[in-house]
Amino acid sequence: MSDLLGNPTIPPDASDSLAVLEKQRSTAETFGIPLAVLLEITHRCPLQCPYCSNPVELDRSGKELTTEEWKKVLSELAEIGVLQVHFSGGEPTARKDLVELVKHASDAGLYTNLITSAVLLTRDKLSDLADAGLCHVQISFQGVEEGLADRVAGYKNGHRKKLEVAKWTRELDLPLTVNAVMHRQNLHQLPDIIQMSIDLDADRLEVANVQYYGWALKNRAALMPTVAQLDECTRIVEEARERLKGRLTIDYVVPDYYALRPKKCMGGWGRQFFNISPAGKVLPCHAAESITGLDFESVRSNHSIAWIWQNSDAFNRYRGTGWMKEPCKSCEFREIDFGGCRCQAFALTGDAANTDPACALSPLHETIFKQAEREAEGETNRFLYRNFAGGTLESGNDA
Amino acid sequence: MAGPRNISVSEASRPVLPRHAKLRYDETRKVWVILAPERVLAPDEIAVEVLQLCDGERSVGDVSDQLAAKYAAPREAILTDVIGMLQDLADKGFLTEAREKTP
Repeated sequence: MSDLLGNPTIPPDASDSLAVLEKQRSTAETFGIPLAVLLEITHRCPLQCPYCSNPVELDRSGKELTTEEWKKVLSELAEIGVLQVHFSGGEPTARKDLVELVKHASDAGLYTNLITSAVLLTRDKLSDLADAGLCHVQISFQGVEEGLADRVAGYKNGHRKKLEVAKWTRELDLPLTVNAVMHRQNLHQLPDIIQMSIDLDADRLEVANVQYYGWALKNRAALMPTVAQLDECTRIVEEARERLKGRLTIDYVVPDYYALRPKKCMGGWGRQFFNISPAGKVLPCHAAESITGLDFESVRSNHSIAWIWQNSDAFNRYRGTGWMKEPCKSCEFREIDFGGCRCQAFALTGDAANTDPACALSPLHETIFKQAEREAEGETNRFLYRNFAGGTLESGNDA
Repeated sequence: MAGPRNISVSEASRPVLPRHAKLRYDETRKVWVILAPERVLAPDEIAVEVLQLCDGERSVGDVSDQLAAKYAAPREAILTDVIGMLQDLADKGFLTEAREKTP
């Protein structure tokens, strides 16, 4: 197994007969095709979450790949060795051809995940998706009760609908992941969100603290948690993990503003992940288009997806360590975290090749940390809702 | 997970992979994999052989009999290994048991 994916770091421990592939690749100087690919099949979404991970500049429906184009992409992905695809968005169920695409992916041998807000689903539609071969459903929740949850989503009666769809998911014998995006205004509900996941018979819970790029960066003052809140969050997750072992798997993503070391974003640029945008751009991360000056190739070009992954300028620009400047260049952790997140470096410093300010070695770390702390203690709770018009400010809620 | 939780694997169990865990040969990387939500597991050769026999019909005892005969190995040792591997998979949430069939 040691040569698997060209990665020498897989432990030669023969007793571990069920090694997890994903977590162990990365440091080798080969860039095998990723095991899983994120397909953002549309940017349309009825929800308006202020931390949406889509770019601020959204792809309009007229730019979206057609059904036939997505099918071709799915076949090509299966052929080059991708094993799983995540149908995401925007809201993937906003596309009328989703069942057809899931069927096509399943027939091609791909393992299919649906990452959804759930509010557009009917029981029949979900049943059709299950029949088409859908393997796993991941539903986003904005809180644990409708007052707050619907306010965060900017969508009335959304929370109630999500609970209903979660129930159908389990009735149809599909595994369920609850995806809870956490921030200052809902972190106090975390214990109840964990209990809600149990009550919904989910087997995975993603406690994902907001990552601050794009829409979330615009809303940072309304979302940034305090250090005390985060410490409490970590304590609650650790306690629940222990208590619910074998019952509920909890994946935990911390916000990196309060960290001393940056996260190994995307496992390193162009190392183990790519996603495809609604318009067919092949991207090293879903926020990558926020970095200006990079030219991303499209599946509509005359290059294959495998070629784009291996050879395109955008993927090679920040691969490995050759592009690094100080303090990354001589840092002993340069192949551990690859300098953090390129999109965050660009958003906060104006140069994607700078050290991610989440790193304590960044000259900007101190300033940004202090600013985040001030924002977290501040009174701004008003959201800028995500939409195609560049955002709409919430009415009321603070000055 | 779909199916009962906290499964305790024994000689009499008749385990099977649930629908959301798929054993598949990966042609690109030339390895067997188990595809599961947000995970790709790499079972070793023995695990693959065991899982191919776990169809919800055969018991863990039957599977061990078959492997003991095939490899001319002591059945007890094989049974211990098979239960260990399957329990590991069950604890990760990727194993279910066939329900009792009504005749």
